[in-house]
Amino acid sequence: MNPWFSVKKQKYVFIYSCLLIPLLFFAAIRLLPMLYSFYVGFHEWDLLSSEQTLVGMDNYTALFKDDVFVQSLSNTAVYVLVGVPGQMALGLTIALLLHRIIRWRTLFRTIYFIPFVTSVVAVSWVFRWMLMPNGIVNHMLISIGVDPQLLLGSPTQAIYLVIAAMIWQGIGFQMLIFLTGLQQIPRMYVDAASIDGANAWQRFVHISLPLLRPVLVFSVIIGSIDYLQSFTQVMNMTTGGPLNSTISVVLYIYELAFKQFNLGLASAATVILFGFILLLSLLQLKLLNRKMDY
Amino acid sequence: MKKILCKTEDVPTKFVKFVWVAWLSVLLIVLTVLGGCSGSGTGGGVGVGGSKGAGDAGGLAANGKPKVTIDYWQYQFPAKVELMNKLIAQFQARHPHITVKQTNFPYDQFNEKVAALIPAGKGPDMINLYYGWLPKYVASGYLQPLPAQSFSVEQVEKEFFPFVSSAKLNGNYYALPTAVRTLALFYNTDLFKQAKLDPKQPPATWAELVDTAKKLTVKDTNGQFVIEGFAWQPNAQLHHWYRDALVHQAGGQDISDDRRRVLWGETEAGLEAFKYLLDFAIVHKVGINNFYTDDITAFKTGHAAMNIGGSFHLAALRKDAPNLKFAIAPVPAYKEKATQASFWANAITKNAQGAELEAAALFLEFLTSKDVQEQWVEKVGELPAKKDVALQQKYVQDEILGPFIQQLSYANAHFFVDEKLERDYFIEAVDLVLLKGVPYEEAFKQLVEKTQKLYDDYWAKQDKKK
Repeated sequence: MNPWFSVKKQKYVFIYSCLLIPLLFFAAIRLLPMLYSFYVGFHEWDLLSSEQTLVGMDNYTALFKDDVFVQSLSNTAVYVLVGVPGQMALGLTIALLLHRIIRWRTLFRTIYFIPFVTSVVAVSWVFRWMLMPNGIVNHMLISIGVDPQLLLGSPTQAIYLVIAAMIWQGIGFQMLIFLTGLQQIPRMYVDAASIDGANAWQRFVHISLPLLRPVLVFSVIIGSIDYLQSFTQVMNMTTGGPLNSTISVVLYIYELAFKQFNLGLASAATVILFGFILLLSLLQLKLLNRKMDY
Repeated sequence: MKKILCKTEDVPTKFVKFVWVAWLSVLLIVLTVLGGCSGSGTGGGVGVGGSKGAGDAGGLAANGKPKVTIDYWQYQFPAKVELMNKLIAQFQARHPHITVKQTNFPYDQFNEKVAALIPAGKGPDMINLYYGWLPKYVASGYLQPLPAQSFSVEQVEKEFFPFVSSAKLNGNYYALPTAVRTLALFYNTDLFKQAKLDPKQPPATWAELVDTAKKLTVKDTNGQFVIEGFAWQPNAQLHHWYRDALVHQAGGQDISDDRRRVLWGETEAGLEAFKYLLDFAIVHKVGINNFYTDDITAFKTGHAAMNIGGSFHLAALRKDAPNLKFAIAPVPAYKEKATQASFWANAITKNAQGAELEAAALFLEFLTSKDVQEQWVEKVGELPAKKDVALQQKYVQDEILGPFIQQLSYANAHFFVDEKLERDYFIEAVDLVLLKGVPYEEAFKQLVEKTQKLYDDYWAKQDKKK
C-alpha cells in the first residue's frame, strides 16, 4: 500500500467501494435500460428486426394523436386521483380505529395485512368471479331489489371496480404505515389537549394530522407512483376494456411493445410516463414537505 | 459528518492488506460478471442455445456426413412437447448427422420471449408460429422463404388445404403446418335432452341456430341466465367466426385477392353477418359475454348449451370436464358453407444457413410427412394439414374429429396484418352497439374503416421496402 494512503483513508475507500457494488448493479439493471429507452423513443424499431431508424419526435406526436394513448392517460389520472385518496382515507380510518384498541389489535392488523401479501393475479380473478354478470355481487343486488349491473362489462363502472380491488389490496400496507406514524406521536400532547378540553375530532385535526405529515407525504408519493403504474389488476380483471375504459398507460405500453412489437412507440410512452412520475413526485415533495412549525 | 467506526490504529497493517487483496478480487469478479452480462440481453431463464455446439465443427457422423445441430422453438403445450421429443428421436435415427434441440416457452409469453431474444442475437433455426403472426415476422425480415427445391409452391398447393396459403407471402411459402384446427359447434347433449331436443339433430342453418338457442335458454324468475342457449364471447372465437365463417356464409368476401382491401363492406353480407352475430345477445338474448367469466368455462360447467369452439378445445374439455356429455357439429351454414381454420406452422429463420438450412429443410419435410401428421392426430388431437391424410375414412367417420375434418375443404384462414389490433377493433365495434347503443351500421362502418387503415399502413410499409 502507498505510504501516503493512510489507513484511515483506506477505510473510507473501502466503505465507498463496498457501496459501489449495489450501485453498479443498479446502473446495469435500471439506469442503462432507462437511458436506452430514451434512445429508442426517438427511433422506429420493430422488435423482430434489427433495424432502428431515427425518426426524431415522430413517436411522441403519433402518441398524442393516438386516441387509445390519450384515453390511457386520462384513465391513469382517474386511477391516481381516486385510488390514492381512497386508499389513504381508508387506511387512515382503520389505523385510527386499531390505534384505539388494545385487545385483538395484532389479529386485526394481520387480517387487514393479508390481502397485501396475496398474489395480485389470484385476487384479481376472485374479484372477476364475484363481479361477473351472474356473480355474487349481482346476486346480492337482485336480492335487495336493485337491477343487476354490468359491473366489469360497463365502460363507466369497470374502472372504479378495478380501483376498489386495488384499494382492497393496498389497504393493509397503508394501515401499517399510518399505525407506525400514530405510535410515534407522544401521548403527552394528546393528554395535554384533552385537559384543555379538545374533543376527539379536534385532537385528530390539530395534533395527529399535523404530526403525521411526514408519513402522509411518504404515502402520497408511494401511492401515486403505484397507481400511475397500474397494470396487474387491469390486465387480469378487464384487459383494458370495455371500449378501453380501463386501459392504463403501463398496460398500453405493454401492448405496444409485446403485442404490436412497436418498441419505438412503447419507449416514447415510457418516457412520457417517467416525466409524469417525476413531475408529480417533485410537486408533492414541494407542496407537502414545507417546514413545519408547531 | 465524520464518524470513526473503529480505531484504525488497532488494526494490524497485514490484516488491512489482506482485506484489500480479498476485496479487490471480489470487485474484479463482479465487474467481470457484469461486463459479461451487459453484452447479451437474456430472456426469462430459458435455456437457449445461442451458439452451436463445438461438436459441430468438423466432426463426422456415422453416416459419413458432417455433424450439424439445429435449434427448434415451439410453445409449451405438454402434448406437443412430448410428441415433438419422440419425433425428434425418430428423425435423428434417420439422419444421424443432425441433432435437433427443442426449446419451449409459455404460450401466453411466446411472442414476448421470442421477440425479446431475437434482437439479442439469440434465436432458433426453426420456429413454430401462429399463422396470424407470420406477416409481422416476414415483414421484419426474420424468416426466410422455404427452400424451393424441397417445397415448391405447386407442390404445397397440391398437397395442403387451400387455406394454408395464408402462409404464402410475396409469392413464397414461409411456413408449413403439421396440423390445423377448425371451428365447429360444440353442444351439450344432456341440455338438448332436457329441452326436449334431439341431440342427433344439431342446428345446421343460421335460422336453426337462433331457434335452437332460444329453446335451450333457461332464465330464473329475475330474468337472469341460468343456462345460455348459445355462449356469446366476442373476444374468444366469435371474431374468427365472423371473418372466416359468417361473412362468407352470407355470400360476402373477407379480403381481396391481393390482400390489400377489406371487402366486408362491399356487399350487404358483411353487415348482415355482423348483425346476426350481435343479435344473439341484443335481440334474442340467448347469451351474454363474461357469463361464468368466459364461454369455455360456461360450456365446461354445463351453463352454456352451445358454443362455437375450435378442435384445440377438445383436450382441455376432456381433462377438466370428463363427465360432460357433448357432441360436435359443423358450423351452421346460410347461403354458403364456411368455417374458420387456423394453424401453427413451422418456419425457417434467417439464422439457418448452409448445412443448417439443409438440415432444417429435412426436418420440415419430416414434420409435414404423412406419418408424422397421423401421429399428431393421435397424440395432440389437431387435424392433419395435408388433404390425402386428413380425408382418410378413419378420420372423416370419427364421431368427434369428423365434423372438424369435413369442414376443412371449405375453411378459411383470414390473413392477419395485426392479429391483436384486428381483434381489438372487432370487440370495440361489438361493444359500441352493445354498451353505447350505437347503430349497427355506424359501428360496422368504423370497424371496416379502422381495419382497412391497418391494411393500408401495412402495405405502405411493404411497398416502401420494394
